[in-house]
Amino acid sequence: MNIVACVKQVPDTEALIKVKPDGSGIDEGGIKWVMNPYDEYGVEEALRLKEAKGGEVTIVSVGPARAMETIRTALAMGAEKGVHVSDPLLDNTDAYTTAAALAAVIKGLNPDIIFCGQRAIDDDSGQVGSILAAILGIPQVTIVTKLEMADGKIKAIKPIEGAQLVIESTLPCVITTQKGLNEPRYASLPGIMKAKKKPVDVKNAAALGIATEPKAKVAKMTPPPDRAPGKIIAGDDPAAKAAELVRLLREEAKVI
Amino acid sequence: MYFDETHEAFRASIRRFVDKEINPYMDEWEETTAPLHELFKKMGDLGFLGIRYDPKYGGQGLDYWYETVMLEEIGRIHGMGVSTAIAVQTNMATPAIAAFGSEYLKETYLKPAITGDMVTAIAVTEPDAGSDVFAIKSKAIKKNGYYVLNGSKTYITNGTQADYLTLLAKTSDEPGYHSFGLFVVPTNLPGFHVSKKLDKLGLRSSDTAELFFDNVKIPAENVIGDDREGFICQMKQFQHERFAVLPGTCVGVDNMIAMTVDYLRQRIVFGKPLITKQVLRHRLAGWLMRNEALRQLTYHIVKMKMEGLDATKEVSMGKYLAGQLISEVAGGCLQMYGGMGFMNETLISRYFRDARIMSIGGGADEVMLEIIARLEGF
Repeated sequence: MNIVACVKQVPDTEALIKVKPDGSGIDEGGIKWVMNPYDEYGVEEALRLKEAKGGEVTIVSVGPARAMETIRTALAMGAEKGVHVSDPLLDNTDAYTTAAALAAVIKGLNPDIIFCGQRAIDDDSGQVGSILAAILGIPQVTIVTKLEMADGKIKAIKPIEGAQLVIESTLPCVITTQKGLNEPRYASLPGIMKAKKKPVDVKNAAALGIATEPKAKVAKMTPPPDRAPGKIIAGDDPAAKAAELVRLLREEAKVI
Repeated sequence: MYFDETHEAFRASIRRFVDKEINPYMDEWEETTAPLHELFKKMGDLGFLGIRYDPKYGGQGLDYWYETVMLEEIGRIHGMGVSTAIAVQTNMATPAIAAFGSEYLKETYLKPAITGDMVTAIAVTEPDAGSDVFAIKSKAIKKNGYYVLNGSKTYITNGTQADYLTLLAKTSDEPGYHSFGLFVVPTNLPGFHVSKKLDKLGLRSSDTAELFFDNVKIPAENVIGDDREGFICQMKQFQHERFAVLPGTCVGVDNMIAMTVDYLRQRIVFGKPLITKQVLRHRLAGWLMRNEALRQLTYHIVKMKMEGLDATKEVSMGKYLAGQLISEVAGGCLQMYGGMGFMNETLISRYFRDARIMSIGGGADEVMLEIIARLEGF
């Protein structure tokens, strides 16, 4: 099987995010970067599929030079090779352009199945997998928590409000992965050493022949307003304090 | 400056392992002690337990810098019991087998320690011989193709769970240093007894035992190297043991200071956060300065080891400084936490209890100072 897993490098979930003073983006100083957790499920599922059915796993990522670390992490987990689309023109680009870059790479790989995280935890846009499937003209099953493959078809489970859908699809298709699909493995030390020698193709936008002008731009980023300080009701009379609390909840907080 | 991207990738993997497989269970393991077979198997599968050892026996064949990364990251474990158990496996009970053991011993005992299929312990200390290793009384006398072992050992980390011990015993009554043997003693041999599991001030997530040997017949091939040079082998092995505590101490001290600073920022006293008090700020800064000195000494020792130089003096200095610093910082941070620090639910109280061993175990502070003095020629 020819399996592709798309990965994005994102700030660590525990990183303290600060917006740049000019609102053009986040301040990247001091941030630790990790593989998008939803993409990890995709990499893990790709590896399990390879281990069960044979074949190879190719990791594809669009991102700045540092995204190479994330590709190496996936290679250390057990993928065979990588493609890194690295181009300053694509830094912080939109979902459509990212998907177009991925599609340009993936077309040449002739995959049987493609995994994407259902969304990235940084911009939370949740569009790349779907746009990728549309550009490639193949089916997609999104937010998958269980996957089986038999007779050249996949059967995927997708939770919905109060129930779950069982969806069958032909191959090739795009699967976007959700928490619960699997428990991603740790990169072993031998895996990390081997990953150094695995091939990673680095390509820019020109080589892929894609337009770099994003269709959507982030106009401005603003942090959420600071939480207002709490209010302490002073006084010695519990009854009066309770009455004041009720009045404040009703008139100021307007919750009762 | 010291670590490249491959070291950092390894760091990220082991950090994740500590965060997911160890730290969430530490509170429970403080009550029950950590299940080492289960934990070591997971670590062995990931190649974490044989970093420097020969790939022929399942090791990674990597250098001291990789080992340092591992020792730093286990310093992030919430408390020092489990990191001690791991370091016993990697740096205290197995280096002599790797350095001086026969092909048979490496294949039979080093390999399963690296894969995590066996749990190991180092058995040197006895009820009447701690710092004075020379005074041990356990005897292993050669007879009919066996060494018959009698005696007892105490304060043995991993002692109730170990599959084998790396054990030092007298092999003859002759005076001098050439009358000791270092042995691999499987704990399933008849005559091996765990006299008791010891109750300790700290390191409660790690089991510590008193062991008793009653005519235990150790197969002759289980002697590590020469059966008269065990004392020398063990003194060399001690260097790995003492070094092993340095990287984790630096990380532990950093973490204690970081958690204390977080607390001091939130704790309002007399209308201001405690972190604004100069007396506290300066104490914290002073500890950071000394911790940085310890870290630089640690990295210097790694460089010396990489060059094949003898770092006995520097390791002794590092071990002494580490023991002094971690206890002072744990006690000092607990003081800054005030009443909260005295509560078992606050992590700093565990560090306070655990830190105390550092000036005692693996060669007490006084022994470290004596080694330094002797090496200086006075």
